[in-house]
Amino acid sequence: MLRIGDYEFSSRLLLGTGKYPDFDIQRKAVDISGTEILTFSVRRMNIFEAGQPNFLENLDIEKYTLLPNTAGAKTAEEAVRIAKLAKASGLCDMVKVEVIGCQKTLLPDPVETLKASEELVKEGFTVLPYTSDDVLLARRLEELGCHAIMPGASPIGSGQGIINPLNLSFIIEQCQVPVIVDAGIGTPSDAAIAMELGAAGVLLNTAVSGAKDPVKMAEAMKLSIEAGRLGFEAGRIPKKRYATASSPVEGMSFS
Amino acid sequence: MKLTVNGVHVVVPSTVETVTELLQHFELNQKVIIVELNAEIVGKARHAETRISLGDKIELVHFVGGG
Repeated sequence: MLRIGDYEFSSRLLLGTGKYPDFDIQRKAVDISGTEILTFSVRRMNIFEAGQPNFLENLDIEKYTLLPNTAGAKTAEEAVRIAKLAKASGLCDMVKVEVIGCQKTLLPDPVETLKASEELVKEGFTVLPYTSDDVLLARRLEELGCHAIMPGASPIGSGQGIINPLNLSFIIEQCQVPVIVDAGIGTPSDAAIAMELGAAGVLLNTAVSGAKDPVKMAEAMKLSIEAGRLGFEAGRIPKKRYATASSPVEGMSFS
Repeated sequence: MKLTVNGVHVVVPSTVETVTELLQHFELNQKVIIVELNAEIVGKARHAETRISLGDKIELVHFVGGG
């Protein structure tokens, strides 16, 4: 069971809703992924094209906990404003704090992320900050009252996978709140490794929406996250330098 | 009446007096939409009673796909 603030989830996959080829593929991918948490963004409406379908209309949103992000914010102030706008929909009180500090790498601005998270915790939000994989930053965010910590595995949308498993494991060991690996996942094995390291969950988007077959990849991610979690709970064997035989050495018939 | 909606200058009929009527005017009343009037969020429960006036700056935002 994944517990974030007052929420409980049986799925450990948090799925983004951006960049799917079409709404039908998106709905099927979301469905088969087993996710219970969907992320999305807040943007201005095109007031002159009111008839345009919206992705929410194609999903049974009652089934999901909605996790709006503050993507687009470059300052804490902007992030807090976006979070408040999202909450005013009456559909959600969770927020993924995302304050980007560098447009080329899309890496988060740690100072503004801290400031925004502090403010949003005070305002009563359930706060999940997207952060760089820095253990001290993660601890500071936890001390502020954040309900989960979401370090990136590698840059957003890069599909590079987990480039610093050591840093992630430090964060996982030292944080009491759930650590959800967010951003950079490319393959099911990346997601499984995150879970084997002890992550409480994985948030991904492009790895599924950008796959050749997003529906199949959504299922693959679901299975790999479950497998990785089971592996973590089972406890892996220590690595050894030399072989140890699996078959007994006694009782050989020709000795 | 002249307003600024999402950064665009628009003219709406003088019969549009409240936030609810503004959303009806743009045919947005059935949508999940969040309204900000002069930088203050107007919750859904207050759309009908909140009056708009000449020169108001209004933001109409919604949810789009994202990660």
